[in-house]
Amino acid sequence: MNPALPNSFRSGPDERGHFGIFGGRFVAETLMPLILDLEKAYADAKADPAFQAEMNGYLKHYVGRPSPLYLAERLTEHLGGAKIYLKREELNHTGSHKVNNVLGQIMVARRMGKKRIIAETGAGQHGVATATLCARFGLECVVYMGAVDVERQQPNVIRMEMLGARVVPVQSGSRTLKDAMNDALRDWVTNVHNTFYCIGTVAGPHPYPMMVRDFQSVIGDETRVQMQEAEGRLPDSLIACIGGGSNAMGLFHPFLDDPGVEIFGVEAAGHGLTQLHAASIAGGRPGVLHGNRTYLLMDDDGQIQDAHSISAGLDYPGIGPEHSWLHETGRVTYLSATDDEALAAFQLLSRLEGIIPALEPAHAIAKVMELAPKRPRDHLMVVNLSGRGDKDIPQVADILRGKKK
Amino acid sequence: MTTRIDARFAELKKQGRSAFITFLMAGDPDPATSLDIVKALPKAGADIIEIGMPFTDPMADGPAIQAAGLRALKAGMTLRKTLAMVREFRKGDNATPLVLMGYYNPIYIYGVDKFLVDAKSAGVDGLIIVDLPPEEDVELCLPAMQAGLNFIRLATPTTDDKRLPAVLANTSGFVYYVSITGITGSASANTAVVGEAVARIKRHTQLPVCVGFGIRTPEAARGIAENADGAVVGTALVDALAASLDAQGHATAKTVTAVADLVAALAQGVRGAKQAAE
Repeated sequence: MNPALPNSFRSGPDERGHFGIFGGRFVAETLMPLILDLEKAYADAKADPAFQAEMNGYLKHYVGRPSPLYLAERLTEHLGGAKIYLKREELNHTGSHKVNNVLGQIMVARRMGKKRIIAETGAGQHGVATATLCARFGLECVVYMGAVDVERQQPNVIRMEMLGARVVPVQSGSRTLKDAMNDALRDWVTNVHNTFYCIGTVAGPHPYPMMVRDFQSVIGDETRVQMQEAEGRLPDSLIACIGGGSNAMGLFHPFLDDPGVEIFGVEAAGHGLTQLHAASIAGGRPGVLHGNRTYLLMDDDGQIQDAHSISAGLDYPGIGPEHSWLHETGRVTYLSATDDEALAAFQLLSRLEGIIPALEPAHAIAKVMELAPKRPRDHLMVVNLSGRGDKDIPQVADILRGKKK
Repeated sequence: MTTRIDARFAELKKQGRSAFITFLMAGDPDPATSLDIVKALPKAGADIIEIGMPFTDPMADGPAIQAAGLRALKAGMTLRKTLAMVREFRKGDNATPLVLMGYYNPIYIYGVDKFLVDAKSAGVDGLIIVDLPPEEDVELCLPAMQAGLNFIRLATPTTDDKRLPAVLANTSGFVYYVSITGITGSASANTAVVGEAVARIKRHTQLPVCVGFGIRTPEAARGIAENADGAVVGTALVDALAASLDAQGHATAKTVTAVADLVAALAQGVRGAKQAAE
């Protein structure tokens, strides 16, 4: 017998921050009082119409929302199946969906009287968004970034520095996103009295997974309205890439209780699932890291393994806890795309639609290329184009010219 | 039920002095040398021994202890081998309390119930798990209490009077006061401030209060031990161990004595404390 499904997929987490067995608050005692303060501050903000109104004002006039829902006619024609819509999060100020969440968190930080903001970043998009909002509101900004990522995402490092942020290259561990998060947590433990940690994805201790999801849900909320306007009905399927999974959760969450909407998350399969990859659900199991229980890549001793993806933003050995729960309940289907598949999709979208995607959503496009041809022509598919590819151009150019790989 | 930890603190109280608690990473720099060091600790003056369980992502630790964990993992250390090391140590010492300190994931993957049975039978007395606050007591703290192991909680400068009762509720053995907001091996503890904090915690509990983080020298250990029931030193010992290694990071003839000599010096500092304070 199948386990009974919940009445709603949108009611999580519970009061202790759990989505089923996932989530929770696995952090050092030093941080607990602050996390409890944050939980309260966020609950107050959420219930405050003035906060919502102020945020909506910034979303419209500073971020540039709503982002368009664009019918990709040439891609649709090329693939010969489902009608493909792109949710254009790459058109937001700073070039990705990250700004939605950062705006929300910075506004909460301001309510809490915090003057110093820290963040971790992989591809640099979250770092750029954080540096941008800190500049806008006159806050000190420190961004932790793995030394490997500093190297492969130079344009974003320069951007953050121009915005006045201090970028700290992290030399520990695998020198990627996981280690940047460790060092950000160390900074937070040390400077907890004046510092707000702006987490970039739907992970970390409660209330972060919930709070980030709420701030990103603007993506799915807009998609519902825009698809009604365009087609007079809801989409048939949604698809988004997953590192930690914030762009995906933002698109998915408003549709979780619509059983007619098929939902796909795409993890980074790197060199392939039997080799180096970053697909936590496909290749991991539940464990505890960075403040939450979730699917993680690890060995038999519980030691965290290094992830690999061509895309720095997906190069993380875990995933947001709500995704782990949606996987185990079967509501969302998690697929994966390799580095090579993402590169092919990157080029296809650039050539067919004149849109250069970030390597992260190129993973989602790769699965659209597989799924769309198998769907009928009246099938409405929305893919979240979570970021633009400017930052990846030097890296992709090197690969395509055969200098690397 | 009286544990080895309770017995040790009762004994120290009779002697009128505070405990000297040492921290070292299991398997650093290799399993055999690590066992030799642990065996040498009680003779050098350690009253209680904390053993780190290596983890790839020790979020509350500084570079020295993180490096120690990575050296141990590289040398093949696992949680299973850490328990085996405790078992070996117990063959020659049935009195010195032994506390495992680390992060939850390796225990979670080992299996909580199996871990508690194996840890108890190996001769472990208590657990300090950095990333399990009282909000997650049901994971390991409550089962550990049932299994007869002390669950030692960290209290920090951010743990105010309102929160202290929650932190102390299921704590046993002793309370570990983290003297700084920060990672291991960073700032130095301020003796006067720490003294006030210890007094504040003691108003809420009968348990011994031990202080760690930011204690590096015999003088600092003495200052802390004047007010607290114990002083914990970790990073300074790990640094002494690291300094004794060869260029490849392997143990040398000096490794065990380098640690033991520093432990002896620190122990002298602690032993002088209560008398000096009176």
